[in-house]
Amino acid sequence: MSERFSSVDDVTARLSEVGYLASPSVATTVYLADRLDKPLLVEGPAGVGKTELARAVAAVTRTELVRLQCYEGVDEARALYEWNHAKQLLRITAGRGETWDETRDDIFTDEFLLARPLLRAIRSDAPTTLLIDEVDKADQEIEGLLLEVLSDYAITVPELGTLEAHHPPFTVLTSNATRELSEALRRRCLFLHIDFPEPDLEERIVRTRVPGLDEEAARSLVRVVNALRRIDLRKAPAVSESIDWARTLLALGADTLDEHVVEETLGVLLKHTDDVARARTHLELSGAERS
Amino acid sequence: MSPREPAEDAVAPTVATPTARVVAMVEALRGHGLVVGTSETVDAARAGEVLGLADRALLREGLAAALLRRSGQRRVFDSVFDVYFPLGVGAREAVRTSSDVGRSGDRRADDGDRRPSGDGDSPQDVVRRLREALVEALASGSRGAMDAVAAAAVDGLGAVPGSGPGGTAPGYSARQTLEMLRPQTTIAAAQAARASSPGFLARLDREEVRRDVEAFRALVQTEANRRTAEGRGRERVARYAVRPDAEAVEFLSADRAQLLEMRRRVQPLARRLATRLSARRRHANRGQIDVRRTLRRSLTTGGVPLRPAFEHRHKARPELVLLCDVSGSVAGFAGFTMLLVQALRDQFSKVRVFAFVNHTDEVTELITAGGTDPAALAARILAHANVAPWHPSSDYGRAFASFVSSYASVIGPRTSVIVLGDARNNYGDPGLPALGTIAARARRSFWLNPEHASRWGLGDSAAPEYARVVEMHECRTIEQLSGLVGRLLPV
Repeated sequence: MSERFSSVDDVTARLSEVGYLASPSVATTVYLADRLDKPLLVEGPAGVGKTELARAVAAVTRTELVRLQCYEGVDEARALYEWNHAKQLLRITAGRGETWDETRDDIFTDEFLLARPLLRAIRSDAPTTLLIDEVDKADQEIEGLLLEVLSDYAITVPELGTLEAHHPPFTVLTSNATRELSEALRRRCLFLHIDFPEPDLEERIVRTRVPGLDEEAARSLVRVVNALRRIDLRKAPAVSESIDWARTLLALGADTLDEHVVEETLGVLLKHTDDVARARTHLELSGAERS
Repeated sequence: MSPREPAEDAVAPTVATPTARVVAMVEALRGHGLVVGTSETVDAARAGEVLGLADRALLREGLAAALLRRSGQRRVFDSVFDVYFPLGVGAREAVRTSSDVGRSGDRRADDGDRRPSGDGDSPQDVVRRLREALVEALASGSRGAMDAVAAAAVDGLGAVPGSGPGGTAPGYSARQTLEMLRPQTTIAAAQAARASSPGFLARLDREEVRRDVEAFRALVQTEANRRTAEGRGRERVARYAVRPDAEAVEFLSADRAQLLEMRRRVQPLARRLATRLSARRRHANRGQIDVRRTLRRSLTTGGVPLRPAFEHRHKARPELVLLCDVSGSVAGFAGFTMLLVQALRDQFSKVRVFAFVNHTDEVTELITAGGTDPAALAARILAHANVAPWHPSSDYGRAFASFVSSYASVIGPRTSVIVLGDARNNYGDPGLPALGTIAARARRSFWLNPEHASRWGLGDSAAPEYARVVEMHECRTIEQLSGLVGRLLPV
């Protein structure tokens, strides 16, 4: 078992080196996942840095990030492995004259195996970080495939037998909870819910990502974003949108947030027109009455 | 793991081993309906071992990662954690030493005196000092300061005597503390003290202070639980004092914060139900075996029916009509269910919503025209629709009759009707024939009642009469609601 991190503080410090400011709960859970050698299931609203977390862990542990992006209809051939049929045919054609037994033994070997993300992560000679992104988008059947990978770090290829991991990958699964994941899958993982960060943390994140931004402006920006998250919007502004907004403000050369600037730039933060209208009412911009 | 000094940030010294405590905590979590398996418990114990007990915040996160399986279980977990891994023992260090916050240092409250009399301070003085401290804490927005005030407030105001000789030990009441302190009265002062930034940002102050006051209430609750658990035992406190998960909160007794949380549950819930419905629709598409076509096909295979032919189902998305009692007593529930149905709108070809108190009026427009805040929704309905022309209390009989006379044509053979209400008719005429007409015209009709089934028929409840006309289901919690909607909605 490789130990990637020496303590929770070590996790926090090293992640922040690559620009990921982890909340205590994120740091603790990452540390535990490393120590207990369990995959990490991360849930939370869109844009709070779930995928980013896997990237950051890969960066600080200097491991390759192997990513399986799930979608409706992702199957074994996309997730695990498939046989390179074209190459197998070539091999059969090239080997004229040999007996079928010889050919058969030959065409189901490593050479003809196309490793897809899960197999690649398992068989990699160097340690890897495995990201299974948006697992809730995949069909339920794929969860069955994942169970073996996640509990034993092994994959069974009928022709080759069970392939075990040389180095168990640090595994992160992300989900937006559009579908209920199975209990079996959940049980194999440590669970982490990342929510929108506390205002202090978000302020630090914004300032880390947009270094030019004035401290006061960053604080006001985070306050406005938090106020908007509490009203009922179709799409609450995510951390990534806070950062975008900060960049916009910087580009506009606005040092302070006043009514006018907010009014002009709300579109960066909100993605639906009725959200923008609602935000205007809520913040009482341009004389809109408080409903 | 060696026991430690009760430092401010450390877990209190353990009576039992940490593992035993984790196990006891798991037991309490299960008591609150969380599914925690043995493997999770083992993980939690390992997490405790890896993280140690020295840092309580770390331990909390670690155990949460190991024991929880989905978002939304966290609040129950936090409350139980606070009881089983309390922050220190007795009055907190901050309370014992501080002379300006609450001034209750040398006053031990366990003499069972409701208002501990100390060094000449009247309770009013204590309350006043605590309020000042709270204003300061709110103005700074510092969680630590708020926590200290909460500890002092529970210590100074929250003590309640045990019940009788040999009865329960004295405890601490969050409700009593909050009733005496009335933290909401400090909002204006804290807002004034804050007034940090000029311009429109100052408008955000009020809302932020409000939210902090809510947080302060929670802190008081936690502190009161902790202190009570010392006297009365953890199991007891964990069982009674932990607020239930939002899915298990009853609609009719939910407070504002709980309603908010329930609302947040609606979106994912709606998606989950939508998947379930579409899956059911897929299955249902495959009808029964069409014998004639199967036999015809079997001719090509020498009379062996290799490929059975299925009857084609007529594909039609169902129509839905909601009839909601929006009178004060059940408005929260009705608003909530409308929200759910609104979220499920894609699943129906047509949804029409009617609201009534004692007269029925169509409110489909009001509901579809944006705005998902159920509180505002109820207000809008009362303001814009003609639902209560005669008096402010429900009259189901009159409401059904007015529905039948104005909107009977809305219901056809493809329509499912859901009636939402507590069936409390204020002793009026229940109007069974009108409901019967509605039920007879509809393909299916059912009634969701937010009251406990044991109360149906008591007082002015006409539930049993109505239940004879349409099937009535008890629907008190989100859990029940999602179960019912998943089961009852037409395919």
